[in-house]
Amino acid sequence: MGYNTKAYIQQKTDAAPLAVFRILFGVMMLFSIIRFWVNGWIDTLYIQPKFHFSYFGFEWVKPLGIYTYLLFLVCALSALFIALGFKYKIAIITFFLSFTYIELMDKTTYLNHYYFISLLSFLMIFLPANAYFSVDNLLRKTSFKTFPKWCADSVKLLLGIVYFYAGLAKINSDWLFRAMPLKIWLPSKYSLPFLGENIMQQEWFHFVMSWCGMLYDLTIPFLLLYKRTRWLAFGLVVFFHVFTRVLFPIGMFPFIMIVSTLIFFEADFHHKIIYGIKRILAPFLNTKIQYKPTYKIKRESFLVSFLVVYFSFQLLFPFRYLLYPGELFWTEEGFRFSWRVMLMEKMGHTTFIIKDAKKGTSFVVDNSDFLTSFQEKQMSFQPDFILEYAHYLGDHFTTQGHKNVQVFVESYVALNGRLSRPYIDKNVDLYKEKESFQHKEWILPFTDEIKGL
Amino acid sequence: MIKKVVSVIVLALVIAACSSSDGGGSKPTDNFDRQTMLLNWADNIIIPVFQDLNAELSALVEAKNTFVTTANQTNLEALRSAWLNAYKVWQYAEMFNIGKAEAIYFSAYMNIYPASVTEIESNIANGSYDLNQSNNQDATGFPALDYLLYGVANDEATILDIYTTNTNAESYKTYLSDVVDHMKSLNESVLNDWTSSYRDIFVNSTGNTVTSATNKIVNDFIYYFEKGLRANKVGIPSGVFSSGVLYPEKVEGYHNQEISKELALAALKASQDFFNGKHYNGSTSDNSLSSYLDYLKTITGSEDLSALINSQMNAARTQLNTLDNNFANQINADNTKMTMTYDELQKVVVLLKLDMVQAMNISVDYVDADGD
Repeated sequence: MGYNTKAYIQQKTDAAPLAVFRILFGVMMLFSIIRFWVNGWIDTLYIQPKFHFSYFGFEWVKPLGIYTYLLFLVCALSALFIALGFKYKIAIITFFLSFTYIELMDKTTYLNHYYFISLLSFLMIFLPANAYFSVDNLLRKTSFKTFPKWCADSVKLLLGIVYFYAGLAKINSDWLFRAMPLKIWLPSKYSLPFLGENIMQQEWFHFVMSWCGMLYDLTIPFLLLYKRTRWLAFGLVVFFHVFTRVLFPIGMFPFIMIVSTLIFFEADFHHKIIYGIKRILAPFLNTKIQYKPTYKIKRESFLVSFLVVYFSFQLLFPFRYLLYPGELFWTEEGFRFSWRVMLMEKMGHTTFIIKDAKKGTSFVVDNSDFLTSFQEKQMSFQPDFILEYAHYLGDHFTTQGHKNVQVFVESYVALNGRLSRPYIDKNVDLYKEKESFQHKEWILPFTDEIKGL
Repeated sequence: MIKKVVSVIVLALVIAACSSSDGGGSKPTDNFDRQTMLLNWADNIIIPVFQDLNAELSALVEAKNTFVTTANQTNLEALRSAWLNAYKVWQYAEMFNIGKAEAIYFSAYMNIYPASVTEIESNIANGSYDLNQSNNQDATGFPALDYLLYGVANDEATILDIYTTNTNAESYKTYLSDVVDHMKSLNESVLNDWTSSYRDIFVNSTGNTVTSATNKIVNDFIYYFEKGLRANKVGIPSGVFSSGVLYPEKVEGYHNQEISKELALAALKASQDFFNGKHYNGSTSDNSLSSYLDYLKTITGSEDLSALINSQMNAARTQLNTLDNNFANQINADNTKMTMTYDELQKVVVLLKLDMVQAMNISVDYVDADGD
């Protein structure tokens, strides 16, 4: 084993796949940010709201008012620089920091794939993605044809974890035996051409989609790894992601995943891409570059150990929900950052009652006075949002001159087609409760059972 | 090999691009034809409601003309009863805030209450006003007439004096006349839009997008139930939003003093009839939200939501019936009955806004951001 590990660490691989990955990643990120900007979401999500939901421990990360645009500009430019391989190290660090900052500004917009981008860009800080076919090569007049194999493999591993864990999360009774939430989502796609009016309405189809989705997620990393099944796997990747893109509003994510899986292909494939780009750029590429065989990683053994820790964390972190009592889908304690994608149709209706503890008088808060409809939607079924907002309201009304403020919540939540049920103990003054990683006792228990991971 | 990849991706993108269009025109062939729901709403509910409202407003205009010509107690009584008849029909129309009604802020000009007495009096005193201006929204419509017909003076004899012997009598009559004519003309433009062009647009907008007819009307319906009925008629006057500070003067038809319950009951019936797809003229029912929920239940095998919603609406009605005809009296005498009614209505809101919307997976007017 020890010998094998050592031998693995010393293996070299062609630098082209990671170079192509770097270019496509940069371009995709650039487009994502432009799209976000053009859709006006910087304004509607980060500038218009009066209040922002913070991640526990990151309350200091807030939108920067009008300078939020500058932040996105920095993020977009760094994505461009990554694609070019120009000042790569600074570019990828800047990208990681600016992108992650953006994601931490308001957890209303949390998406698993944003988390994936943060993790991936963090990993790429340590990878020599500019060793080959980059502007940095032109500036240094040197380029490297190979580098340690683990560099490219670590990207594959991260992609593999995302797929495999998304598959594991689908092994639960709601998904497999009730075909939920697809049974709710698919019939509502009735206006889809050809499929909407017949197949989308069929119960068997909902079950087929559920089971195939689970099997797809679990097997795709392995199908991509083996040369014989790689084309089949890529075909499935394209089909699956395009299909989900047609059905659901998931933005750029399917395309990011499609191009990411190209890294599994052999190096000659990537050389052809690079050759194609070179032909277009030929007139500008007159700098003589010296090609060296192998890129030497500085402090390699330290870095490898660090990545072992990094990936061990990735493997364990999604299971943290086991430390909490109660149904994960209901309490959502340990739900985020765990590749639990499209698993729930969950909605809430949550109203806040501000009470004067001494006088006993109370009034109901109109949520739209404080939250955007998107924030209200997300707040209504997630306990940490409810708590944070309760404190915001308590503070707000205290500064307005209200005395002895208590904040009570009347909340109903419906999960995967079950009838809505009371969600939060309405006798608990949430203004007195503190956010922590402890279980939140004031979440009422889930009355049904969902078996599985 | 690259060509292969590129062609696969291009093909995929073409499919994605083609499919993201609305796909409006095609007829569903599954067990539930959603277009029949839109047809039922348009032809058997919405248009008949606006037509009836138009008839009632015509009668109101006529009664007003008679009163303006001959201001006496008999004609005042006739005018009042025409006002009440139209006001009751209005309870059926307010929820359809779509198309022309939405564009011209129809409901804001028709029923923002309490009306602003200061605004009305200053308009009358100045003699120059534009009722189409948004700052006059609380000086027009049914609540303005409520004031002009019942609240302009303290007793019956003095009310009539305002339109006869008062030095400003002519100005009062002109304002009364303008308000009624304004209401009539607003409704005409909404009705004409429905009958001339909007009906076809509406019934053919069958998609499930934020802007499609089903989604917009479901949003309107829920909003009406939550705001127009639950909050405005019951919650706000009974202090639910104001720390127990009561606002009996904010009930609907405050100056009339005996119709707030009647109007609330009409609004509840209008909501329930719409939910069940009951024709406005007659007792037959066709496809609507309740039958759509019944259809979805056959797929998901979930709870009988349409029955639950109907029985909760009935519970709210029972509670509503225990109240005084004049909510202002009820608030002053025993406000807990008001808040109990509010609670029953609130339970309906949860069922509609949460369980029904989830079952239908309707895109509501949230910010359109990506999901995952």
